[in-house]
Amino acid sequence: MEDTRRSDNVDATEVLQRTPKKKEKTKRVADDGEYDDEIFSIHVCDKEEDGEESGSAESVFSGLEDSGSDSEEEEEEEGGDGSDKDEDDEVEQGDSRDDGGCQKKEEYDLDSSDEEDIRNTVGNIPMEWYKDFPHVGYNLDGKKIYKPIRSKDELEQFLDKMENPDYWRTVHDKRTGSDIVLSDEQVELVKRLQRGQFGDVNFDEFQPSVDFFTKDVMLHPVTNRPADKRSFIPSLVEKDKVSKLVHAIKMGWIKPRRARDDGGGRYYDLWSNEDSSLAAQHRMHLPAPKIPLPGHHESYNPPPEYLFTEEERALWEQQDPADRKLPFVPVKFSSLRRVPAFPRFIHERFERCLDLYLCPRQRKMRVDVDPEDLIPKLPKPKDLRPFPTTQSLVYRGHGGLVRSISVSPSGQWLASGSDDGSVRFWEVSSSRCVQVVPVGGAVKCVRWNPNPCVCLLAVALDSLVLIVSPPLAERQVLLSSERLLAAHREAEPAENAGPAGWSDAEGEERRLGLRLKIRHPKAVKQLAWHAKGDYLASVMPDHSSHQQVFVHQLSTRRSQNPFRRNKGLVQCVSFHPVRPYFFVATQRNVRIYNLAKQEMTKKLQANSKWISSMAVHPGGDHVICGSYDCRLGWFDLDLSTKPYKMLRHHKKAVRAVAYHRLYPLFASASDDGSVIVCHGTVYNDLLQNPLIVPVKVLKGHMVTHELGVLDVTFHPTQPWVFSSGADSTVRLFT
Amino acid sequence: MGGLQKKKYESGSATNYITRNRARKKLQLSLPDFRRLCILKGIYPHEPKHKKKVNKGSTAPRTFYLLKDIRFLLHEPIVGKFREYKIFVRKLKKAYAKTEHTAVERLKENKPTYKLDHIVKERYPTFIDALRDIEDALCMCFLFSTFARTGKCHVQTIQLCRRLTVEWMNFAITSRALRKVFISIKGIYYQVEVMGQLITWLVPYQFSHDHPTDVDYRVMATFTEFYTTLLGFINFRLYNSLNLVYPPKLDSKAEQALKDNNEEDYALDAESYLEKLSAFSASLTRVVSAAEEEAQMDHFPVDEEDMEKLEEREKEQKQQEAQKKMFEGLKFFLNREVPRESLAFVIRCFGGEVSWDRSVCIGSTYDETDETITHHIVDRPSVGTQYINRYYIQPQWVYDCVNAKIVLPVEDYFMGVTLPPHLSPFVEEKEGDYVPPEKLKIMALQRGEKPAQQNDEEEESEEEEEGDDEDDDEAEEEEDKVQEKKLKKMEAQRSQPKVRVTPGVMKVDNPAQREQQEKAEEKRLAIMMMKKKDKYLYDKIMFGKKRKVRETNKLAAKRKAHDDNEKAMKKKARK
Repeated sequence: MEDTRRSDNVDATEVLQRTPKKKEKTKRVADDGEYDDEIFSIHVCDKEEDGEESGSAESVFSGLEDSGSDSEEEEEEEGGDGSDKDEDDEVEQGDSRDDGGCQKKEEYDLDSSDEEDIRNTVGNIPMEWYKDFPHVGYNLDGKKIYKPIRSKDELEQFLDKMENPDYWRTVHDKRTGSDIVLSDEQVELVKRLQRGQFGDVNFDEFQPSVDFFTKDVMLHPVTNRPADKRSFIPSLVEKDKVSKLVHAIKMGWIKPRRARDDGGGRYYDLWSNEDSSLAAQHRMHLPAPKIPLPGHHESYNPPPEYLFTEEERALWEQQDPADRKLPFVPVKFSSLRRVPAFPRFIHERFERCLDLYLCPRQRKMRVDVDPEDLIPKLPKPKDLRPFPTTQSLVYRGHGGLVRSISVSPSGQWLASGSDDGSVRFWEVSSSRCVQVVPVGGAVKCVRWNPNPCVCLLAVALDSLVLIVSPPLAERQVLLSSERLLAAHREAEPAENAGPAGWSDAEGEERRLGLRLKIRHPKAVKQLAWHAKGDYLASVMPDHSSHQQVFVHQLSTRRSQNPFRRNKGLVQCVSFHPVRPYFFVATQRNVRIYNLAKQEMTKKLQANSKWISSMAVHPGGDHVICGSYDCRLGWFDLDLSTKPYKMLRHHKKAVRAVAYHRLYPLFASASDDGSVIVCHGTVYNDLLQNPLIVPVKVLKGHMVTHELGVLDVTFHPTQPWVFSSGADSTVRLFT
Repeated sequence: MGGLQKKKYESGSATNYITRNRARKKLQLSLPDFRRLCILKGIYPHEPKHKKKVNKGSTAPRTFYLLKDIRFLLHEPIVGKFREYKIFVRKLKKAYAKTEHTAVERLKENKPTYKLDHIVKERYPTFIDALRDIEDALCMCFLFSTFARTGKCHVQTIQLCRRLTVEWMNFAITSRALRKVFISIKGIYYQVEVMGQLITWLVPYQFSHDHPTDVDYRVMATFTEFYTTLLGFINFRLYNSLNLVYPPKLDSKAEQALKDNNEEDYALDAESYLEKLSAFSASLTRVVSAAEEEAQMDHFPVDEEDMEKLEEREKEQKQQEAQKKMFEGLKFFLNREVPRESLAFVIRCFGGEVSWDRSVCIGSTYDETDETITHHIVDRPSVGTQYINRYYIQPQWVYDCVNAKIVLPVEDYFMGVTLPPHLSPFVEEKEGDYVPPEKLKIMALQRGEKPAQQNDEEEESEEEEEGDDEDDDEAEEEEDKVQEKKLKKMEAQRSQPKVRVTPGVMKVDNPAQREQQEKAEEKRLAIMMMKKKDKYLYDKIMFGKKRKVRETNKLAAKRKAHDDNEKAMKKKARK
């Protein structure tokens, strides 16, 4: 007991000693002064240090003394730097006090209140703030303290460095902006400090330490003060506190501490009495989908084929993180110890958490269809024979793309018009070119007169329509065609021939077979014969004109313009095979005019951007339209004005379409170089829709300059199809 | 004469859904509290079928909850607890501000807590439901148990997670439930079969995490709060089903043995107990120390068709039984550089004995010097002293054995040897999928074919090939000559005029092929006549199929290129 008490007392005294010093320190910090002074003060004091060591009495004295002489001493002694003071606190303080005793007078001599004070009173602030100003702070009167005029530039500094022997001991003082040359003592001090030694030369750091308080327990306590009275009587303050607590407990403000239940007792058999009635409440509950299980890619040592190649890796890095197929790059490690931590592990867990509580859930039915079931059941093409299946003949000879072909009504001859400026006549069965008629311009369209009693061919080139009578028929037929052409002479020329100019061919041309020339105001693109073979319609597509379609009558050599108004860019026209109807296809519509009543009866909407060609079923109730946007529309005139069926089986623009006259076949030619033959049965029963089955894709034409097959036509009696293409050939498929 | 006109959006789907903000207002909760409630109660947004109708004509992106769900939340007692907590926080702040330390302490002691038992029961009415949904819980708990105790979440949570995961793994060991293991670059996947449910979870590698800044740990902590409750109840039930004591206790014998081993304990008993448990080296105490009762399958009189199935099932079961006892009788020793916990867990799950250096972890049962050790698992190129009567193998062997369901030959896995690829056991190849050759090899092993002969054959064939190669060299020279001749011929031909007669090739009429072609054409034509909608679907399906084939081909090609490359390298090295 005694020991402890004693040590307590000792502590107490120590504390007593320290307190005044602390006071001192705090004050010192507030003041400021020059560093130099401080150093000197240390030096001065050190000498007397050795003597003192003993006794609390002195410290008590010093404390007393301090309180008396605070103000004067400190002002001189201590610098503003509070920071470096702490370390040598002990040494300094004791000494300075002694100085205070013995050197008082000298200090007063040095210090005079009216002395010009050049010290910077700006305080302990970074001096960069004054960097751009001519002054470094203010003196006590509030006047600026100017920096010494420094005109030392680099050169001067260098010279100074070379010449001045004291340059190495010159220090720039930031606070005043002046240079200070250090004395020998100061240099010595700096050196010592740099070496990590004590500043004082005389200080022996290895002197044996003498404990002030012995560690041995002494017989007598330091103080022998009796215990206080208050240690015997109950405390009123405590009583008050206790009563307050009791009250709070009574009122229920303080609750007893709850027992922490963290052990195994927390869990019990939760599902001891399961009932499925609760399950019914959650009928709308959709369990979250599970995370898919990892594949070989994710292995730390995957088979080599699962690793990325250079390109795959580059691609992976380029891709947006959302588009990547794998969220990581497969890596191979030679052994398990080399596998590092996965950097995105926490991210992935967190994303899963977000998915669980933020993602809207929706029940989605997966389409589980056998793709075979989607393919429609159609009659087999085998059962729909005959139809052309193979390419049997190629008609070569043209020098340019063959724009148009036509078969004579007898089915023996084929006429073709090409961009090389000639019309050629071929024998169908032998692919022999029978006659070449040079017409002097790219032939846009050739059409054989459908009347079997005459043998005439209409050829369209530029703004001309030529009527050619090739010597390819019996004499009887040739005569009758000549008669038809000459008929107008008997029937006295009409008042005016209308908008087109008719003229007879003469001389050389006549020898070649040319008979008539019909001159149009604009370039003719398409021609169509009436079934009887007397009327011929020609098309001159033009946006701005109402003269787009002319109908010529051969027997009277008369032309007329049936439409007074422009209804759009006319693409092609066609006569109804049996009834007095006229079909006009503009870009998007097909208009049907009744020629007898002279009115429009129907307008078909093609549902395509640009109609390229049109063909009328020999029955007259169905129309097919090919369009440049790869479609083929079948219209049932009895059904609707919309297409009954749209076929999108061509890859590129459809150029031409054709019906067979006898067989239920139709064909379409396209720029992708193919001709597709379809079977299209039309029933007499109005309730049954036509049956359309594609039966054959015929390929043979080469695609040149993005153009494939340009025209297609059927043989009048056989199930054969002719096609002409941009590769300057005509082909026959049988 | 009709009645009042019906107003829009006052019936039908518009009234079945509620937006998040409206729901929040209805519940009078702040957004974080609402989120927490949704997480705990398992409420998630629903995607309505007609979003515009539900959104009252607007197309603004909003999240919708089912109105019924929100109504269901109204009566949740936890909501009251949230409010209580809010008040507690307010009081605490006030006390802090007034520096009333006693009050602060008192308040802290009486911090309002809540239990999630009823929510677990509500969300998972039956035990099987809970088991089905436990994967996320396991993953999360395993992740949290690896966190350092550095303020990302409460230390108690981390400890609790660790305890629960250790309990779970101990259960898996005792019930021998482990089926598949997969070492991936993310961590180690384990798959167990509990009560017929396949449960897979992922354990990260034992490294300290560098915590990402863009992750909201509060959300994760809320999930973990629920998951720990769920996992605790599940563990309890599972331990009960095996007649084990819960919380788990080590077998008294085993405990004694452990005590003897490390005489000077480095920590208090209570503290080291969990670690002893997590060492997985001792069995657990049972309530009834029953002998291993094997549930024999009873035979029922069945139809013949079912008979086959039954036999198949029986066979499967037998195989599984064999798998469960795969490592029985084997004695493993783990070197210090291998992942101890994972390997100890796997080996113990299949009946092996395992130990490690005493300084690695508590709970080692025998030393490296034990002569009866059969397999020493090493993950370094060489070790100092080798014992003759044991295999020094790499850890992948253990995992591959588990996945192959047989004890694989150890030759490929010796210390310092280049390992064969580690395949994912979760991939089940269907017809037409790419099967890596390693898998084929393992499948052959499973069927009982001997791989050694194959190897020999391979080598032989390789040698033969080499012989061929030599021949090839000669042949190449010959070929060169032949080619020169050919070139000369060609030149001669060029100098001659182009017109020539070549012998025609007779077309062989192959009826089968022709028929096939016809069929293909028929199909092509029929596809042309498809409706637009069907065509779209058909194209999509076909595209998917084609892509799959393409991928398979790509993998096969890559593999082939790699193998060729390898062979070339080998040959070069030999030369």
